[in-house]
Amino acid sequence: MNTSDSEEELCNERTSLMTGSPPISSYHVETGLPSSMDTQTKRRRPVTNQSNNRETHHEGVSTERDSTADSEDEELSLKYGAKHVIMLFVPVTLCMIVVIATIKSVSFYTEKGGQLIYTPFTEDTTSVGQRLLNSVLNTLIMISVIVVMTIFLVVLYKYRCYKFIHGWLILSSLMLLFWFSFLYLGEVFKTYNVAMDYPTLALVIWNFGAVGMVCIHWKGPLQLQQAYLIVISALMALVFIKYLPEWSAWVILGAISVYDLIAVLCPKGPLRMLVETAQERNEPIFPALIYSSAMIWMVGMTEQSAVQQPSHQERNSDEEVGQSHHDNTEDNRNVVVPETEVHGTQSRTSSAEELEEERGIKLGLGDFIFYSVLVGKASATASGDWNTTLACFVAILIGLCLTLLLLAIFKKALPALPISITFGLVFYFSTDNLVRPFMDNLATHQFYI
Amino acid sequence: MTASVFFGCTFIAFGPAISLFLFTIARDPLRVIFLIAGAFFWLVSLLLSSLVWFIAVQISNKENASVQKGLLIFGVVLSVLLQETFRFGYYKLLKRANEGLMALSQEDAMPISIRQLAYVSGLGFGFMSGAFSVVNILADSLGPGTVGIHGDSQHYFVSSAFMTMAIILLHMFWGVVFFDACEKKRWWAVVIVVLSHLLVSCLSFLNPQYEGSLIPAYVVMCVMGMWAFSSAGGSLRNLKLCLTCRDKDFLLANHRPR
Repeated sequence: MNTSDSEEELCNERTSLMTGSPPISSYHVETGLPSSMDTQTKRRRPVTNQSNNRETHHEGVSTERDSTADSEDEELSLKYGAKHVIMLFVPVTLCMIVVIATIKSVSFYTEKGGQLIYTPFTEDTTSVGQRLLNSVLNTLIMISVIVVMTIFLVVLYKYRCYKFIHGWLILSSLMLLFWFSFLYLGEVFKTYNVAMDYPTLALVIWNFGAVGMVCIHWKGPLQLQQAYLIVISALMALVFIKYLPEWSAWVILGAISVYDLIAVLCPKGPLRMLVETAQERNEPIFPALIYSSAMIWMVGMTEQSAVQQPSHQERNSDEEVGQSHHDNTEDNRNVVVPETEVHGTQSRTSSAEELEEERGIKLGLGDFIFYSVLVGKASATASGDWNTTLACFVAILIGLCLTLLLLAIFKKALPALPISITFGLVFYFSTDNLVRPFMDNLATHQFYI
Repeated sequence: MTASVFFGCTFIAFGPAISLFLFTIARDPLRVIFLIAGAFFWLVSLLLSSLVWFIAVQISNKENASVQKGLLIFGVVLSVLLQETFRFGYYKLLKRANEGLMALSQEDAMPISIRQLAYVSGLGFGFMSGAFSVVNILADSLGPGTVGIHGDSQHYFVSSAFMTMAIILLHMFWGVVFFDACEKKRWWAVVIVVLSHLLVSCLSFLNPQYEGSLIPAYVVMCVMGMWAFSSAGGSLRNLKLCLTCRDKDFLLANHRPR
């Protein structure tokens, strides 16, 4: 089965940690927050000025007080920073749990069922060298498709083809929310031998998909939006796990981390240009491709209006995003954006209400997808089974933590994939080949270390 | 094996640890982060010791069973020593990070005290150690099979679960005692921690004679528990006040706003 382009699009745009670079960011450097937390990392998607303001405000808590309260601010920032790390740990963990649970129970996703058109070379070859060559070629094709899509997206964004991008984005979300979830449900029912009739299924899928489209592209409760983003990341990751051949998957994971590093940090990298353009235009990133972990609470306003406002603000800028299916999601998803949504409140607070802010952080959905692909592949193919899965899981979380620490130190957009994927790959191969025989032998004799 | 074996062994092995996590660590993000970092450090120590063991096995005679067993014992001892080394390394890292944080914030109080860090890091080590020891066994217990069909012990799952619980709690106690000893520069206490870890691991060589390994392990756990309690500032008086709900400091500190 050949999957459509939307998957790639999703992957391209979604891997980055983003931070806005607020004009007052220098303050934060001086306060010298050593902890990882307060900063945001920037990856593929540029954070728009909205996040600039947010970030300013976000960090402004500590910078704008006087020196006597600096120590309090430091502690507050550290605690806030730790809170942001946890706000990212939880969804990443949830996504990985969904993927692992599916891989372990539904055998469909571990069966060989053909390959994507982006990985045309087969891995059923006679020699190891040939297999390696094929996987490298597959990787080259995949990465070049991603690069082309990303550049296309940047071009579209620069020339303000918002409608095109928006339409593309909607199309890819439609496909994910309806078609892939239908396939997923079908496989789950097959696994558990559940009898289901088509009218009920149609009703369920329709409701699920329609609410998802509304939540992601328009307004909706934040937690519902987060849940939907996690679900579609998991679905994408499962598709990748099924249709990427084994060696190609590992090489692609490595290559995409390198690409991410280049795309976000190099001055001419497409993602960096995207970020900067968005910042110049003072536009936020499209929420459909970014997971955001917080929102603004306004004292004295109703909960609903508070909830909708931030997402509404972000949605307006979503229209910019939308090159191809693949690129969109991938590029967008690889960005982690710090999110302080003061911007939204500024536009509508006229009264002297107190503003209670809950600052958040944004992570591109591509990061979710590739983390889950790594852990899912580890759980599907490793002979060390749960040990390998656990090791990869911890490695990815620590990589994310380190990335956020770097974000706090450098206060500019950073790629969220490289460190985590490197740790994940190192721990996967070493646990599977070195730790597994050791632990197996210990378990056989019931020795404890 | 049945689902009841699976759930029973899971809760035996991880029950105390998970409840400790839920009640004391889950609410504080800093503690969660340091817990995961502690788990990571344990993982790296395991990796290094597996690497050494693997190399030793590759260059040895694979046919000879006693050589292999000897190498395994060597691997266990090496792993224990590496774990304690990494615990010390983690302690050093935390001290340096804390000092850096304090220097930058010009403040006396750290957001998380070294004692909390000791507890959290010990529990992190314990979680990872317990998980690696027992998760595969638990997964197997869900599948079909007969325990001990070839004449091995019938109590494999239950004894593994109990041993894992002991190890997890022991790691936590070792963490507390270790950090406290490093703080006060009492190196004899550090040596005792390392030796007790070696003792518990070497006792497991007696398996499947579970009386020889489980009971002493639990005795060591109780002793270490009492030592950790007293080094964390506890005493009989404190304990009595706390249990009879007369400890005013504790009540005030844990007062939750309505």
